[in-house]
Amino acid sequence: MSWEIVIGLEIHVQLATQSKLFSGAKVGFGAEPNTQTTLVDLGMPGALPVFNAEALRLAVMFGTAIDAEIGKRSIFARKNYFYPDLPKGYQTSQMDDPIVGLGHIDIELEDGSSKRIGVTRAHLEEDAGKSLHEDFDGMTGIDLNRSSTPLLEIVSEPDMRSAKEAVAYMRKMHAIVTTLGISDGNMAEGSMRCDANVSIRPKGQEEYGTRTELKNINSFRFIERAINVEVERQIDILEDGGSITQETRLYDADKNETRSMRSKEEANDYRYFPCPDLLPIIIDDDYINGIREQLPELPDQRRQRFIDDYQLSAYDSGVLSSSRTMADYFEAVQNACGDAKLSANWVTGELAKYLNANDVEIENSPVSSLQLGQLLARIKDDTINGKGAKTVFEELWHGAEDVDAVIAAKGLKQVSDMGAIEAMVDEVISNSPNQVQQYIDAEPEKRGKMLGYFMGQVMKASKGAANPGQVNGILKKKLDALC
Amino acid sequence: MALDNAEILKIAKLARLQVNANQVDDYADSISSILDLVDAMQKVDTDGVAPLANPLDAEQRLRVDEVTANNQRDDFMAIAPKAEAGLFLVPKVIE
Repeated sequence: MSWEIVIGLEIHVQLATQSKLFSGAKVGFGAEPNTQTTLVDLGMPGALPVFNAEALRLAVMFGTAIDAEIGKRSIFARKNYFYPDLPKGYQTSQMDDPIVGLGHIDIELEDGSSKRIGVTRAHLEEDAGKSLHEDFDGMTGIDLNRSSTPLLEIVSEPDMRSAKEAVAYMRKMHAIVTTLGISDGNMAEGSMRCDANVSIRPKGQEEYGTRTELKNINSFRFIERAINVEVERQIDILEDGGSITQETRLYDADKNETRSMRSKEEANDYRYFPCPDLLPIIIDDDYINGIREQLPELPDQRRQRFIDDYQLSAYDSGVLSSSRTMADYFEAVQNACGDAKLSANWVTGELAKYLNANDVEIENSPVSSLQLGQLLARIKDDTINGKGAKTVFEELWHGAEDVDAVIAAKGLKQVSDMGAIEAMVDEVISNSPNQVQQYIDAEPEKRGKMLGYFMGQVMKASKGAANPGQVNGILKKKLDALC
Repeated sequence: MALDNAEILKIAKLARLQVNANQVDDYADSISSILDLVDAMQKVDTDGVAPLANPLDAEQRLRVDEVTANNQRDDFMAIAPKAEAGLFLVPKVIE
């Protein structure tokens, strides 16, 4: 049987505020435990929440960026459950009347087409604390620094049909969120977390299958792997005549498997009700339009500009606009060297290769955009060729600072002296009588390809330092003169 | 609307309330009678009445996004039943 995969994502984005959603405690990763808490975050009786204006602004900004309906009257609700890192006994969230209603984003598929994915809603809520299960005499340690950190939970429609589409959606959301600056988007630190609702149904069937929810997937790579392994599990069960249990499952990256996390019995009985401690949030069109007018250039717009202004391919433009830092880096390189295509090739090529191999994010690249721009400028002005540039890049990656100093120290300055190149060309021609004869005998339109051999010989003779463009020109002239 | 004993026990469990077996019938009766009152209110025609999220006729005031709280950990730890290494300690919980 042929199965169709149905995926919806819930993404939690930590909003980039200074203070917490409901208290004046600092928001920050990695502080000493419980040093960033107040009576409100500890859930002390009588301590009342006061809502953070900036969290509201960032949520509305997101809503305007995805063309969503904005809730002019939104309501906080209590989601009730007991866990020690949630001392109040409820999470303040939104149920009915969220701040952001129905919207959408477009994702680019591998075949180059784009697909619209619906965003059901996005609502404000507070994060919980952290439980540390390491041994404290058989007890659990609680750190409430993260308690009341502002989150925006973005819920998609079940519009995705493959793990790759889910990854593309997550990447686009990441690009939007970081471009807007509403979150740092740091997945390793939990600033962006993803739960995936996954189900399968026979192709052609309209009714959805029973879904499972995969929790807390914390990297782009794991989204794809977790969904694929869960889909395989569901297919195996259904093809063996079994049925899927609706449940929450945890993805174990080490074992590459999902396993049941909570029993169905206790799942999702949160008894939501409006929070009596918080009044309705009322905003008007002036407020919303004021934010809409200040939206920065969004990833889709930037991608289009890269295509229009720099004549880059749709693919390269998509890769380069996939995050704000990547796009900024590329534009800084292109400003420094003045060649967009060359910049795009190096950022998506050599730089990406080093970043991936060393598992480094582009914002932490040891080679700055200015250095790469200077390096490419040296290719442009024929000081070095592409091969030499790769050597320089490697030196910069390992800490060298000055491009020109590396070129000098490594003797990479390319030979552009006509006389020197001509001498090398003459030598190669006189040492290759057979190849020269073949060249002369070949039909004129086939000779271009045959130049490759001679190019290789000359470049070898120059130890890679000859200017390939000049070598090519001189070779062609001298060989054609023999025909 | 009447609640049966199983529902009373489920609600008690969700709310982490201890209910003695001999009290379950009483709770079922008294909570059901509250729900009867709710049923009676449900009969009121509310077409054209906006849902009320809060009885106060007011809107939420906003706080400027500033860090106003200092580190008060020592004070909080002093009133905690058990604390160690800056953490509040609670009976072991395993997911």
